[in-house]
Amino acid sequence: MAKRIVNTQINGSSSEIMIDERDSLLEALRDRVGLTGTKEGCNNGNCGACAVTLDGQLVNSCLVLAAEVEGADVRTVEGLDDGREGLHPIQQAFLEEAALQCGICTPGFLVSATALLKVNPSPDEDEVRFWLAGNLCRCTGYDKIVRAVLSAAETMRSEGA
Amino acid sequence: MVEAATEYRVIGTNPIRPDGVDKVTGRAVYGADVRMAGMLFGRVKRSPHAHAIIKSIDTSKAEALPGVHAVITHEDFPEPTEPTMQTIRGPMPTMWDLERLLARRKVLFKGHPIAAVCADDAHVAEDAVALIEVEYDVLPAVTSLDDALAPDAPTLHDDGLSSLVDGLFEPVEGRSPNVARTIEMGFGDLDAGFAQAEVVLERIFETSMVHQGYIENHNGTAVWNADGKVTIWTSTQGAFGVRTNVARVLGLALGDLRVIPAEIGGGFGAKNVIYLEPLAALLSKKSGRPVQITMNRTEVLEATGPTSGTRSFIKLGAMRDGTLVAADIRLEYEAGAYPGSPVPGGARCALGPYLVPHQRIVGFDVVLNRPKTAAYRAPGAPAAAYAIEAVMDELADMLDMDRMAIRDLNAVSEGDPRSDGATHGSVGIREVIRATTDHPHYRAEILEPDVGRGVAMGFWQNGGGESSAYANVHSDGTVTLITGSVDIGGQRAALAMQFAETMGIEYEDVTSLVGDTDTIGFTGNTGGSRTTFATGWAAYRAGMDVQEQITKRIAAVWDVAPEEVTYDASDASLHGPDDQVMTFKEAAGRLPGTGGNIQGRADVVSTSVGKVGACFAAHIADVQVDRETGKVTVLRYTAIQDVGKAIHPAYVEGQIQGGAVQGIGMALNEEYIYTDDGAMANASLLDYRMPVANDLPMIDTVLVEVPNPGHPFGVRGVGEVPIVPPLAAIANAIYDAVGVRVNRLPATPARILEELEALDGSGS
Repeated sequence: MAKRIVNTQINGSSSEIMIDERDSLLEALRDRVGLTGTKEGCNNGNCGACAVTLDGQLVNSCLVLAAEVEGADVRTVEGLDDGREGLHPIQQAFLEEAALQCGICTPGFLVSATALLKVNPSPDEDEVRFWLAGNLCRCTGYDKIVRAVLSAAETMRSEGA
Repeated sequence: MVEAATEYRVIGTNPIRPDGVDKVTGRAVYGADVRMAGMLFGRVKRSPHAHAIIKSIDTSKAEALPGVHAVITHEDFPEPTEPTMQTIRGPMPTMWDLERLLARRKVLFKGHPIAAVCADDAHVAEDAVALIEVEYDVLPAVTSLDDALAPDAPTLHDDGLSSLVDGLFEPVEGRSPNVARTIEMGFGDLDAGFAQAEVVLERIFETSMVHQGYIENHNGTAVWNADGKVTIWTSTQGAFGVRTNVARVLGLALGDLRVIPAEIGGGFGAKNVIYLEPLAALLSKKSGRPVQITMNRTEVLEATGPTSGTRSFIKLGAMRDGTLVAADIRLEYEAGAYPGSPVPGGARCALGPYLVPHQRIVGFDVVLNRPKTAAYRAPGAPAAAYAIEAVMDELADMLDMDRMAIRDLNAVSEGDPRSDGATHGSVGIREVIRATTDHPHYRAEILEPDVGRGVAMGFWQNGGGESSAYANVHSDGTVTLITGSVDIGGQRAALAMQFAETMGIEYEDVTSLVGDTDTIGFTGNTGGSRTTFATGWAAYRAGMDVQEQITKRIAAVWDVAPEEVTYDASDASLHGPDDQVMTFKEAAGRLPGTGGNIQGRADVVSTSVGKVGACFAAHIADVQVDRETGKVTVLRYTAIQDVGKAIHPAYVEGQIQGGAVQGIGMALNEEYIYTDDGAMANASLLDYRMPVANDLPMIDTVLVEVPNPGHPFGVRGVGEVPIVPPLAAIANAIYDAVGVRVNRLPATPARILEELEALDGSGS
């Protein structure tokens, strides 16, 4: 199958990736770039484990063709810290609130929750649950994940203040 | 009964797990994240038919495709050396396990593996799979219990191999050929019991086949070196289990096969089973390159897990005061394509919380053209408990009793017989019942229409088994604790905490790692709620071994007899004659110059050194039923559980919350739906509907601590029992809300509407 080169920004760095034309963005990230933090759970947009942002918009990377990201800005869980020292408040909150067990869904939740807090820095519980409904977790029953997102929102608001 | 509260320094706190940072930064290496130079990617050819004879397999076109390095079929397995093998559900012909991995003459379910391919990348491997040509003679398929149990049902296992195992598929006149085994347990005199009963209820319940639903798909990566040494990386609940099972099917010596457990993205029982590992190994042998195979979600749903669909026939006899006197129970569980349903677990747990003096429980293990079932969290118990707990509720209403009072009246005590012939040890069931009735949720007034409350209890006996631990003491007093238990939900933290408590040192001074089959002693799988208990025993014993060794050494340094020196964990120091004191850190610093560094070691059979503590739980659910759509919404949920001693309370709560929500999924949404020709009609995470965040409220938990006297810190396994009560708690709440007795789960909107219409039609 035909190969092509895609030029893109991944987590703030310019990247030139050799892809197979039928690669999804998820496959390109994992198999061509080596960023395996983005996970495959279903490969058809139902579990959210592969969530990344594309030019700031939250997407399931399994539903995006790698060829489509030419010139785009891609952010994955590996770039969540945004260049800051230490962990992002959402990462810290997931650790402190015991919001992960096996951890396979965690990258997707972190990316998705971060995108929520960008558009809504003060979500209530229902808003968090509604936003995260595209991310499946089988270990936690969501309770501690929702609490972690609410706690991170509070931290980020006080940091911003 | 409740032991005096012991003061702990580390146990009972909530430190951050050692694997935490790796998991929130994407650095943790799960099975599918393993990368090696020259690694090839594999894919599996699977049957489109649920039941068929394989007439021929032609792999030549696939082999000729550029980029393809090897293709394997069943013919690539060596002949099994032993004709039968032991499984957790009894012996089975070894050939059937090989045929499960790669079919030989027959396929028994849609998705049954037939061949595997490795290629330069996964796309090429998929192209190659499409080029493999298989000719079939399609046979009639049986995908329901009714069809499979018909006396003239198509026979799945007609190869004669069942005669290798006593009692397997024993022919019984007039009975279906698909009953693999029947089991029976109980005691007392059933006729006398029912003769005595003043009230008798007979009910039938059904549950659907459901999947464990872990978010990480199965994977396997292997290197078969030219010297015959094989290494496998995989997401598994137990590296040693994988080693045993792969060595058997590939004819390898245990010493030639190293299994390295990767991080695991959920298992819930189903990642105790091998699927891809031996195929990756054979492809590596044939291609001479590292090979990685991963499944996609459809393959996971169609060909791994799930747990049984079930039918339970319950006959329960009681006195007018609510005392249970007799129970006659028949359980029919789907095994899938090969024998081994969790019907024994259902039989053991059905009456688990209650003392019924006259009881008989019969279980049927039924094969049918569905994937072979695998363990799923308290295997077999949720379906049986659903049936009993629904009848208990009906009985309470009939006798005008409080729903917890009838459970309290019949609750087991220490020393009472269990259905399986064992005896109940120390139990916290009454403390759980008291915590439930004392809980504000139990007494809260229901103010809204069509809202109801349900309660249900659950029992799980928990597991023990073998575990090993090494504790490497470093010269600055930090310690690396290596155990053989795969960490599926925080065990590295819970084990480091038990070690730190034993030694009196800080949690932060212990690095907790999971070893592989070559670097740590034999350790059973992470399952059966055994790890914090059994491997906790190993961590404790390794600590005691360190204490013993370091005491002897420092006695020599002080030039006194070893028995004159003691290790005191309360100040993490050694104490000798003349008030000599040396901290553990100082002592560790003296080791290199006084005879060398030390390593604590423990290999324990937990049930020889201690005793497993069983677990009881009670759940309270409030639901609202939408009469227009039939949709059931969970408004409030509280799970109360005897946890022995919570080592890491936040992770214990997490286990309970996760288990409860899986049970809610079974109650309301999840089911395998089959087409007439035997295909799963909903093999995606869109159509196989697991609970999402906005389906649920917060899941409140109450940790009741009745320490297990068989463990140094009182641990009882906590992971499994929380999935047992939710089915009945929800079903009972639905009845309380709208008066409908749900006797078939999941209680989907369509079924609720049907029941509501039937209720209206009956004019009640």
